Amino acid sequence: MTPLDSTQLAPVMVVNDHDHGADHDSPTQIGFWIYLMSDCIIFGALFATYAVLGGRYAGGPGPLDLFEPEFVAVETALLLFSSVTFGLAMLQAVKGNLNRTLVWLAVTGVLGAGFIGMELYEFRHLIHIGAGPDRSAFLSAFFALVGTHGLHVTGGIIWLVTLMVQIKMHGLIDANMRRLATLSMFWHFLDLIWIGVFSFVYLVRLV
Amino acid sequence: MLAKTHNAHGAAKDHGTMAQLMIGFALAALLTIIPFLLIIAEVEIARTTLIGIIMGLGAVQIVVHLVYFLHVNRSAEEGWTLFASIFAVLILVIVLAGSLWVMRNMNENMMPMHDMDHMTSLQSQQG
Amino acid sequence: MSIETISPLFGRLSLDWIPYQEPILVGTFAAVAIGGFAVLVLMTYYGLWGSFWRDWVTSVDHKKIGIMYMVLGFIMMVRGFADALMMRAQQALAAGGAEGYLPQHHFDQVFTAHGVIMIFFVAMAFVTGIMNFVMPTQIGARDVAFPFLNNFSFWMTVAGALLVNISLFVGEFARVGWLAFPPLSGASFSTGPGMDYYLWSLQIAGVGTTLSGINLIATIIKMRAPGMKMMDMPVFTWTALATNVLIVAAFPVLTATLALLTLDRYFGMHFFTNDFGGNPMMYINLIWIWGHPEVYILIIPIFGVISEVVATFSGKPLFGYKTMVWATACIMVLSFIVWLHHFFTMGSGANVNTFFGITTMIIAVPTGVKIFNWLFTLYKGRVRLELPMYWTIGFLVTFTIGGMTGVLLAVPPVDFQLHNTLFLVAHFHNVIIGGVVFGVYAAVTYWWPKAFGFKLNDT
Repeated sequence: MTPLDSTQLAPVMVVNDHDHGADHDSPTQIGFWIYLMSDCIIFGALFATYAVLGGRYAGGPGPLDLFEPEFVAVETALLLFSSVTFGLAMLQAVKGNLNRTLVWLAVTGVLGAGFIGMELYEFRHLIHIGAGPDRSAFLSAFFALVGTHGLHVTGGIIWLVTLMVQIKMHGLIDANMRRLATLSMFWHFLDLIWIGVFSFVYLVRLV
Repeated sequence: MLAKTHNAHGAAKDHGTMAQLMIGFALAALLTIIPFLLIIAEVEIARTTLIGIIMGLGAVQIVVHLVYFLHVNRSAEEGWTLFASIFAVLILVIVLAGSLWVMRNMNENMMPMHDMDHMTSLQSQQG
Repeated sequence: MSIETISPLFGRLSLDWIPYQEPILVGTFAAVAIGGFAVLVLMTYYGLWGSFWRDWVTSVDHKKIGIMYMVLGFIMMVRGFADALMMRAQQALAAGGAEGYLPQHHFDQVFTAHGVIMIFFVAMAFVTGIMNFVMPTQIGARDVAFPFLNNFSFWMTVAGALLVNISLFVGEFARVGWLAFPPLSGASFSTGPGMDYYLWSLQIAGVGTTLSGINLIATIIKMRAPGMKMMDMPVFTWTALATNVLIVAAFPVLTATLALLTLDRYFGMHFFTNDFGGNPMMYINLIWIWGHPEVYILIIPIFGVISEVVATFSGKPLFGYKTMVWATACIMVLSFIVWLHHFFTMGSGANVNTFFGITTMIIAVPTGVKIFNWLFTLYKGRVRLELPMYWTIGFLVTFTIGGMTGVLLAVPPVDFQLHNTLFLVAHFHNVIIGGVVFGVYAAVTYWWPKAFGFKLNDT
């Protein structure tokens, strides 16, 4: 599609009731995707640090002493389910169903909060048993990588709540649809990063 | 072109369909459960094979998420989304593989003591 | 270094760190204070505050933001150049057993500040400014894709620059060299606030640069005039695209690396420490994964500038548009697989050094393609020797010398002899002054009439 098409597209948009012309011509979608790719490279640097320093326990505890696959499985499930519920919210929003959109978004937020709660519990537990981030290079790298992901999810939850308020106030207007689509990318992206985390940070080290 | 873009916007192209979402969910769930089961059930497979399986399944699941949840395809944003993703993967591969190769080489050349860490580690099976 | 001494608000900075006892700094501060006061008085006298706030500070116009980047670059260049003069004066005076006029810790700060300022706040500000000003007009866009974000990115860069300058009078700056290798930059060896100034300054400016990169890529992708295909874009826009792709791909690595060093310093973690399993070499590896693309971020837009200037003042279309585009793309990708040539001597094996030596030499090929394209554009052209063209010819000669010394340094055994010598210092000053600075002057004189409505006097 060349820019020429988008000018031809304009009259069609007028006919369409709540459809959101905004995000076709708007650079927001591709701009946000490029941001996500840059974020992905931040995680790449953190994964590389974990890969290089992950074996340096400095006489401290290692993965077999610390990681519980069952615990991580529950965290993973929470995040995967939240990804699906966000997808459902998106589908309801496209249908113009305001209340169901809000319900699914709320479910997504609760699942995300559950994930963050579990992660905070894990961190607190690790620090409590003397396996804090200052114990060894391995633990520094672990806390930095998993913590950065957790911070992103926390940011996503704050954004989600904000957006729910905005949708409640103004309905599924073009601007809110654009925000929803952008947050959707962010949320699915975080789930994608978590695949790397549970595979590379936890499971592989438990082999 | 007009009609396609227009209709696609509502459902198919940007935000996916119910079918896509559910296929993605099923595949993602499967690709998550297998590696966790392999670890939790302590299946007897050679160490390197098991690591390969886990990493491979993770890579496949990332592709599943990209296709079914993030709707990356050749036509989204005139292919720029796909191009940006491929470039990001290229950079990630360079950063990860390059760092591991470079650092491993330096450790071998410069730090004959580096094995000490492994030996003195409390890391053990009985943990 | 215990964590208890770090205040949650001011970090390691306390009143004791204000350098009353340094006559050079007190004198500089007095001069800056008087000069700043004079500017404030004059701005009030001529009633410029309203216009300054409305038309410049809060402007989202890409041209004004571009001009502000150039102003920032020139102001910081004065500071960076003063640092260079101080270092050279010290080296001249401290010969033959004399101590010179600068105390050691002050010299080290000047040394660090010179590198940081010249790269992050002079060269980066210049190329970002030129891209901001020129690129949207070349593709027929009214503004960049996200105009507010553009303003925000600029002020993040300014915030970084301000932190560096504040550190001159309040506290100290880092004493670690421009890339702050640990363990020297870690908590145990850099106990003062200088290193923290460094980290915060570069982190803020770096995030601003990343956001600006995202913005400009989205602009090129989405906002070209109707019908303008990728291969119809002017060469400068192509180089701007390559540059911003490099920014978006490389700066996140800088962000992550600086964040890890910050965690080391503030929370006692062990990424780059000597004890508890940390590995300082990992910092050097990561920072150069950003650092090498960074030097191409500086020079690639200048290649675009030179392409525009050479074509205009030769009265011919550019020779080899397509090869220019492909050469730019090749350099963009290759610049990511050469980073180890910055630390050949730090213990990699022969196989690793060979790989990175060869990839480094390969970059000379697309760069050579560009040089020859410019020469063939000049060939049999009606060359008009105007100001931008003088800078361009100066660029062609000096940058080629700098490039060839770079190829010499790409040979690991040669690098073993020449590292830490003035040969290396001369190499990168040849490519950065002869390349970036000459190119920026060519761009400023070339696009000056577009910005201000009149032509600079050639003589």
